[in-house]
Amino acid sequence: MMRLELVKRPQRSALFSALSPFIAFALTIIAGAVLFALLGVNPLTAFRIYFIEPASQVWQLHELAIKAAPLILIAVGLSVCYKANIWNIGAEGQFVFGAIFGSAIPVLFPQFEGPLVLPLMLLLGMVGGAAYAAIPAFLKTRFNTNEILTSLMLVYVAQLFLDWLVRGPWRDPQGHGFPQTIQFGDSAVLPELMPDAGRANWGFVFALVAAVLVWILMSRMLKGFEVRVLGSSPRAGRFAGFGLNRMVFFAFLLSGALAGLAGISEVSGAIGQLQPVISPGYGFTAIIVAFLGRLNPLGIVAAGLVLALTYLGGEAVQSALGISDKVARVFQGMLLFFVLGCDTLIHYRIRLIGVALTKPKGAAQLEAAPKLKEAR
Amino acid sequence: MDIAVNILLTIATAATPLLIAAIGELVVERSGVLNLGVEGMMIMGAVGGFGAGHLTGSPWIGLLAAIAMGALFSLLFAVMTLSLATNQVATGLSLTLLGLGLSGMIGTSFVGQPGVRLPNLDIPVLTDIPVIGRLLFGQDPIFYISIALTAAVMWFLFKTRTGLTLRSIGDSHTSAHALGIKVIRYRYLSVIFGGACAGLAGGHLSLVYTPQWVENMSAGRGWIALALVVFASWRPWRVLAGAYIFGAVWIGQLHAQAFGIPVPSQMLSSLPYLATVVVLVLISRNKRLTMMNTPASLGQPFVPDR
Repeated sequence: MMRLELVKRPQRSALFSALSPFIAFALTIIAGAVLFALLGVNPLTAFRIYFIEPASQVWQLHELAIKAAPLILIAVGLSVCYKANIWNIGAEGQFVFGAIFGSAIPVLFPQFEGPLVLPLMLLLGMVGGAAYAAIPAFLKTRFNTNEILTSLMLVYVAQLFLDWLVRGPWRDPQGHGFPQTIQFGDSAVLPELMPDAGRANWGFVFALVAAVLVWILMSRMLKGFEVRVLGSSPRAGRFAGFGLNRMVFFAFLLSGALAGLAGISEVSGAIGQLQPVISPGYGFTAIIVAFLGRLNPLGIVAAGLVLALTYLGGEAVQSALGISDKVARVFQGMLLFFVLGCDTLIHYRIRLIGVALTKPKGAAQLEAAPKLKEAR
Repeated sequence: MDIAVNILLTIATAATPLLIAAIGELVVERSGVLNLGVEGMMIMGAVGGFGAGHLTGSPWIGLLAAIAMGALFSLLFAVMTLSLATNQVATGLSLTLLGLGLSGMIGTSFVGQPGVRLPNLDIPVLTDIPVIGRLLFGQDPIFYISIALTAAVMWFLFKTRTGLTLRSIGDSHTSAHALGIKVIRYRYLSVIFGGACAGLAGGHLSLVYTPQWVENMSAGRGWIALALVVFASWRPWRVLAGAYIFGAVWIGQLHAQAFGIPVPSQMLSSLPYLATVVVLVLISRNKRLTMMNTPASLGQPFVPDR
C-alpha cells in the first residue's frame, strides 16, 4: 500500500511555479497518447495531425490567432477575478451579451456607415458585457448571493435570449427563414490584419493590448496590489481600507467588459452576423486558459495560443482520422486537471509513504483494549 | 382528474434527478467539500447509463453503470482536492468541463440510437386504484430510490453517530482531526457517494426521462442541484421540497409552451434558470442565517499535519 503525504514547503517554490504548466502539458500529452491508443489510432500520427499540422502554414497561424483572441481577452479579465478570489464563471454569457449589444448598430441601423460605426460597436459590446456581469456583482454585494451559481445560470439565459433575437425580432427578413441577422455592412466588419496572408483580424491585437494593460495594472499599480491583498486575505484588505464590495464590482465589470469585447469582435470579425450559436464555449475554455497561464496576463497569451491549437487540432483529427472533435474538450479538461494538480507542487512537497500491511504490535494491542472493555 | 395526475407524474419525473443529485451534494458539502462538478458527473452518468443499457439491452445494467460512472468520475475530484489539496472551486469546474467533453466523445456513436427505458412499477391491484394508484405505485424505480435516499440521508446525518461525525468534520476539520477522526477518509467516502448520486441522477435522464442520448442533455440540472443545496440550507427535507418546486417550474414552462401561450418559448425555457437566481437571492439575503447554516469549513482545503 502506498499513500500520498503532502509536506508544506517553508515558502512557495519558484522552480515549480515556473515549471508546473509545462509538467501539466507533458502529462496531458501522455494521457492523450493513451486516449488515442484506446481509440485505435497511432498516437504519433494523431499528435502530428493534432498539434503540428494545424499550425504549419501561414494561413493556419491566422486561424490560430482568430481562435486565440477571444480566449485571451476573456481569460485576462477572469485572471483578475480569480486573483481577487471572486468566481465569475459566466463569461460565456457576458460574451453573448457583448455580441448582442454591439450588433445592435449594424442590425438596427444598417444605413449608418462610416468610420464611427466600429468604435461605437466595440464600445457597446464592452458596455453589454459589463452590464451583464454587473448582475451577479450586484446580487453578491447587495444580497450576499453566491456569484458562482448566479453568473453560471445567466449563461443559459443569455444563450436563450440570443436564440430568441435571431429567430424573432432580429431575423433577416430576406434570409429564407434561416435563424440569423442580416450580414453586417462593410463599415461594421472588423478589418483583417493582413488580408493577403489570412483571416486574422484586429481582435488578436485587442487581446494582446488587453493582456499588456492588465499586466501593468496588476504588477505596477495600486489597484493590482489591492486585488492580490483582498484575494489572499480579505481581513488584511479591510484593515488597509480596501473595500471588498468595490472590488467585486471592479473585477466583474472588468472581466465582463473584456468578455463583451471578445463577443463583439468575434461576431464582427470572424462571423459577420449574429447566429443562434456564436461561441464554441470560449467563455468556459477561457477559465482553463486563465489557470494554465498561472493567472498572469502574459502567461495567458501563451496559454491562449495553446488552447486555440486544441480547437484547431480537434477539427483536424475529426476530418483526418474520423475521431469526434469532442476530443478537443477532453484535452482541455485534462489540461486544467493537470495544471491544478501540478500547482500543488508549488506549495507542498509530495512524499510517497509505504504503509506496512501488517500492523505493528503496539497498534494491535491498542485496538484490542476497547474490545476487552466491551466484553466485560 | 386524469390530467392533474399526469401533471403530477411528470413533475415527479422532472424533480427526481434534481433531488438525487442535490441529496448527494448535500452530504458532500456537509463534510466540508464543495464539488462543483455535479453537472459533469451527471452527464457522465447519463452517457454511461445509456451506453450500458443500449449495448446490453438491459436498463438495469444501465442503471448500475450510471452509478458506477458517477462514482468513478468523482474519485478524480477526490484525489485532486483531498490528496493533493487543490482549489475545490477550480477542480470542480474542471470536472464539469472534462465531463461534458468526455461524455460528448464517448456518446458520438450513441446519437440517434434507440435507448432502453426502465419499466414503471406495476402492482396488479394497487396500481389500478384511481388517482393515488399511479402516483404511489406506478412510477419509475428511480423515483422510489430518490425518496428512500432522502429519508436515509436524513436519518444518517441526524440520527447516527457517523452522521454526527461527518457534520462535525464539515464544521471544523481541524478540530475533528485533533480528535483523531479520519477527516480525509470521511471526505473521500462522501465525495464518492455524491458522485454515485449524480451518476444515478444522470442515469434517470437517459434511462427514464428521455431514453436516448443527446449531447449536454443534463442542461444545467447539475448546477440547479447545487443551487438547491444552498436553497435548502443543507437540510434534506428542504432539498426534497425545493426539487419538487423546481420540477414544477420545469414542467410548467414546458406545458405553457405546448399550450401556445403568446410568450416566446425561449423566455419560458429560461424560467428555471431565472427562478434559480431569484431563489438564491431570496435565501441568501439574510446573511446571518446563511452563515449559521453553511458548513463552516466548506470549500477549504485540508492537509493533515502530523
